[in-house]
Amino acid sequence: MKKEIPIISKIDRRSFLKIGTVGSAGILLGLGVRCTPSEKILDPAWFEPNVFVGLNEKGEVTIIAHRSEMGQAVRTSLPTIVADEMEADWSKVKVKQSVGDEKKYGNQNTDGSFTIRMFYEPMRKVGATAKLMLEQAAAKTWGVNVSECKAKNHKVSHSSGKSLTFGELAQAASELPVPDESLIKLKKQSEFKYIGKNQKIVDLADIVTGNTVYGMDAKIDGMKIAMISRCPVAGGKVKSFDKSEAEKVPGVLKVYQMEGVSFPTGFDKVLGGIVVVAENTWAAIKGREALKIDWEYGINRDYNTDSYNANLLKASNSNGTILRENGEVKKVLNKKGKVLDEVYTVPHLAHAQMEPPAALAYFDETGKCQIQAPTQNPRWVRDAIASQLEMDRENVIVNITLLGGGFGRKSKPDFVVEAAKIAKETGEKIKLIWTREDDIQHDFVNASGMHRIKVAIDENNKVTAWNQHGMIPSIGGTANPAAKQVGAGEMSQGMVDMPFDIPNLCLETHEAPTKTRVGWLRSVHNIHNAFAIHTMVDEIAEARGMDKVQNYLDLIGGDRIIPFDKMVTGFSNYGEDLANYPWDTARLKNVLKMVAEKANYGKSLPTGKAQGVTVHRSFLTYVACVIEVDLTEKGKIRIPEVHYAVDCGRVVNPDRVISQFEGGANFAASGALRSAITFKDGAVEQSNFHDYQVARMTDSPEKVFVHLVESDEKPTGVGEPPVPPFAPALGNAIFAALGKRIRALPIEADKLWA
Amino acid sequence: MAAYTINVNGEDQKVEVDPDTPILWVLRDHLQMIGTKFGCGIAQCGACTIHANGNAIRSCSLPISAVGDMKLTTIEGLSKEKDHPIQEAWLAHDVPQCGYCQAGQMMSAAALLNRNPSPTDEEISSAMNGNICRCGTYIRIHAAIKTASQKLS
Ligand code: FES
Ligand code: FES
Repeated sequence: MKKEIPIISKIDRRSFLKIGTVGSAGILLGLGVRCTPSEKILDPAWFEPNVFVGLNEKGEVTIIAHRSEMGQAVRTSLPTIVADEMEADWSKVKVKQSVGDEKKYGNQNTDGSFTIRMFYEPMRKVGATAKLMLEQAAAKTWGVNVSECKAKNHKVSHSSGKSLTFGELAQAASELPVPDESLIKLKKQSEFKYIGKNQKIVDLADIVTGNTVYGMDAKIDGMKIAMISRCPVAGGKVKSFDKSEAEKVPGVLKVYQMEGVSFPTGFDKVLGGIVVVAENTWAAIKGREALKIDWEYGINRDYNTDSYNANLLKASNSNGTILRENGEVKKVLNKKGKVLDEVYTVPHLAHAQMEPPAALAYFDETGKCQIQAPTQNPRWVRDAIASQLEMDRENVIVNITLLGGGFGRKSKPDFVVEAAKIAKETGEKIKLIWTREDDIQHDFVNASGMHRIKVAIDENNKVTAWNQHGMIPSIGGTANPAAKQVGAGEMSQGMVDMPFDIPNLCLETHEAPTKTRVGWLRSVHNIHNAFAIHTMVDEIAEARGMDKVQNYLDLIGGDRIIPFDKMVTGFSNYGEDLANYPWDTARLKNVLKMVAEKANYGKSLPTGKAQGVTVHRSFLTYVACVIEVDLTEKGKIRIPEVHYAVDCGRVVNPDRVISQFEGGANFAASGALRSAITFKDGAVEQSNFHDYQVARMTDSPEKVFVHLVESDEKPTGVGEPPVPPFAPALGNAIFAALGKRIRALPIEADKLWA
Repeated sequence: MAAYTINVNGEDQKVEVDPDTPILWVLRDHLQMIGTKFGCGIAQCGACTIHANGNAIRSCSLPISAVGDMKLTTIEGLSKEKDHPIQEAWLAHDVPQCGYCQAGQMMSAAALLNRNPSPTDEEISSAMNGNICRCGTYIRIHAAIKTASQKLS
């Protein structure tokens, strides 16, 4: 995950400004939230307000959503927080999407599950400040003390009983100075009206009537459609091409070659290829099909999944680079006693968000590059276009559409840069469309993962040693040729932060060159790390003859805060200081015990049915998972029940947390049961949903129960944490039901009964 | 290029397009009706689902030359006041996440209830299996169809 460290500034007068009016009267408040150290360097004016709330004389409240919506309900949850502290009536609140302007709106990079984590407090303060100004305005109007005035449900009342609506007070409030921070009082938890309560998503009515606009739907008069034929192997290029047939397709306007980068490609550069510009989408599709291209495949043409994995397995016999070590693992492993030695593999995965990448780009009369795109990271879009088109970043305007899913894919700006380049090179208004084939074959895939884990159990049935060899291509290798294996930073996602109290431990990684564009996908390295580690934990419990939950509790050991930053050079706590978001084994054990109780773990089930359990912390959120599997019908893996126990601190919108877990379980079920990206001669072997399969309704868990820990801790994200514990819990359940151990994903259902 | 008149949401529409143009792109590019979505182009995902004479079809795989006098219905024509039982159930269950697949899901669900107002759990799953939701809203889709079906019967 690209790390940006949020620093929420103390609100001082400079960072909290009244910046104008909305409509003929009213107030517009802006709050400055400082986000990243790098932003400070880029934007000297970093105290600029970036969170807005407006109120007009009609009493309408406008809250500007500055984060990208892709199903996680940020457009709903962030404004909810403001409205609560402001005492606004939610039915009078409108949500507007901001343009991509980090100077105005601060960090807009929506990934890493950190929207709520970063903006919870600032959003509350913006609401509380607006409320205080309305109370002050009422006090002034009535000539009374402000302490006698109380805002509630869109009006301010005086202790005598008189009241004024927010709309009536808007003008007077706009004439007041912004109050000092010391006067702002936040609500107590018991006073929350919307925070912690279910809130339907703001786009619901538009979605059910087909009135939403995604990047794929963006349009402007005179727009042309563009598609690109890209080299099947990442970093390859066009040797020669014949466009004569393509140009004969009615509606095709222009066919030309776009230069691209060789490997490593980086994350924001265009791959290049042959561009087809057409009057409409169908003409572009047919024109592209008619192209004849001879490719120069480049250095990744030798990437074959089978031989690559065989080589990695060989590497695990040698010593790797040690990321974390205590005790004397190798000595203990050679002693008498039981030794487990197993290999776990997880393939590359494609995002396959339902909306393939698409972007609209054109240059307006003033020479500005206008963009409409479904981007998770408008700032990066701006920077990438500015640098690759050699223009001033102030002249790149990025409008964020809704995202038809993101999962990390749309944090890369490459497809938007393609659109902007074509717009510049052709002088046309261009909507660039990726087909599903483009999406599956040219994605930034999740890293594949191979882990070999050796564990020693002594004669007293104690686990005395854990030695893990990770063979995983680095995300860094997509941009940096020197990154030939993963380091502690990337492996802080579920490997080096392994919370087990084992006296002899050695975690090492081996060279595993990056041979395609590897990126981040919903929970990233946690996927393969969690699968390997939590399957091995289950194997340990079997070897020890112990109850699975007891085995976990024994491995985790006592309640403690683990100082991973002192134990691992280059450790990263999802970009947060461990002092603010400690690694707390008590919270981990708590969700494990909770899920065991709620799922009635260990209940007796008929033959062919069984439960599996795991617990994993990712993105600062603690999640335990029990899956019940039903294998009574040969050839069919049914999942009647999934239970999650979740500690994500304070919860803003419980129903949307639950929906993230329902969806996360399905996303994880895809990886566990269906999906794999494999390579042959450097090219992805899959091309669309028939061979890159994802979970459908018949694969879906039938029930997902989400048990939320009541907590007053700082809120943490829930977009990614549902995914890691799922696949190993499913595999462990299958073992419990059938005695077949799952050590590779996706699970081959037909082989389970063989 | 050839001229066609097709009936969409009760209105006749004239277009001039290539005979093999899928209805999906006729709707989206030529009639500016963007409620119907593109997800795969090969009848694998259901994002483009519309009704032809009340039956669910994948508009990405139906060329305009094959439409003739079929009556087509898209998400925009499912109801005037978002009061189709399927829409009401979707609102009640707060089904969508990103929303991109949902027009197709609702059109498949509405067609299912057209021909079978009280489907069993299995009938729901098999009728909806052609519609992918990568956000994974299947549990709520299933529950919403149940709700709509109860209302109908
Ligand atoms: S776009 Fe038609 S089924 Fe996927
Ligand atoms: S709601 Fe996002 S794909 Fe279904």
